Amino acid sequence: MTQEIALLYIAGGIMLGVGAMGAAIGIGVLGARFLEGIARQPEMLGMLRTQFFIVMGLVDALPIIAIAIGLYVLFAVVGGAG
Amino acid sequence: MASENPTSTEYIQHHLQNLTLGVHPDGTIGIAHGAAEAREMGFWAIHLDTMFWSIGLGALFLYFFYRAASKATSGVPGKWQNFVEMVIEFIDHNVRGTFTAKNDLVAPIALTLFVWILLMNFMDLVPVDWIPLLATWIGIPYMKVVPTTDPNATFGLAIAVFVLMIYYSIKEKGFSGFFGELAFQPFPKWMFPVNLLLEGVSLLSKPVSLSLRLFGNLYAGEMIFILIALFYSGGLMWGAVGGTLQLVWAVFHILIILLQAFIFMILTVVYLDMAHQAH
Repeated sequence: MTQEIALLYIAGGIMLGVGAMGAAIGIGVLGARFLEGIARQPEMLGMLRTQFFIVMGLVDALPIIAIAIGLYVLFAVVGGAG
Repeated sequence: MASENPTSTEYIQHHLQNLTLGVHPDGTIGIAHGAAEAREMGFWAIHLDTMFWSIGLGALFLYFFYRAASKATSGVPGKWQNFVEMVIEFIDHNVRGTFTAKNDLVAPIALTLFVWILLMNFMDLVPVDWIPLLATWIGIPYMKVVPTTDPNATFGLAIAVFVLMIYYSIKEKGFSGFFGELAFQPFPKWMFPVNLLLEGVSLLSKPVSLSLRLFGNLYAGEMIFILIALFYSGGLMWGAVGGTLQLVWAVFHILIILLQAFIFMILTVVYLDMAHQAH
């Protein structure tokens, strides 16, 4: 286990962890507002649900990109360098 | 591949490698035998598996929807016509809710993007080993069946949308109007380098985020399927655990593939709508 590979593992781990944290916090806030909106106006459930999924896709985009690149580093780059 | 018993890392890397046709450093044209060789082929190598599956699935979509349209009856519809009508009504409803200008091309673009991306993503649900195994029996060393896990495919889609955005912007607002939108807001006119920088980044971020969002979701999903598939090499009990995990993840993944195709379509319609708006 050279230092290069150890650093790559740490980098991959940080990418996965921070990405997951960002996604969890973002979608948590979004979901809370969604529930609040339903509680205020239950008849808007269908429309709110559509918009919730659209915005979830947007919020989720960068964390998922971070996770994809983190997984790539952990499995393909480490394998290539080691 | 069945004869040499690869290690976990080799198995994973084998499933992450596309079938790359390109010019080797010594000048011969051939298929790369490994990730290092594929990297040496440079930018102009073609991923044959991506091209085959994306064009094949597109042709399939065109054929089936064309058949539904040409055999359409106004009486009681058959099951396939019913399904096609449901899809078209769904797209129609969404485009009407989002697109405010007049352009006959937007709804067909939305339909094509949604169904094509959905079909390409759907290939991810086929168990990882099955189709590559069939491919090795006919002598093809690598086969990735999900074109959207190849960033080339997603960037191709996003660049097409970007070109459409710029084309419609210039068509509706004129070249000076388009440039004015980039250079003269949000700050006053004499600060136009700052404006250009801000608006340029905002303009470029649209196709980049569109493509990377789709790529990231599908690549992560496929990676998890590959990791779960590693369970099958551990005997019957671990194989049963792997099978359950695969089922659970596949069910979750159905939501993801529908969502990502839908988001790509909606964002395309939103960006085209923004291109048609005159300030």
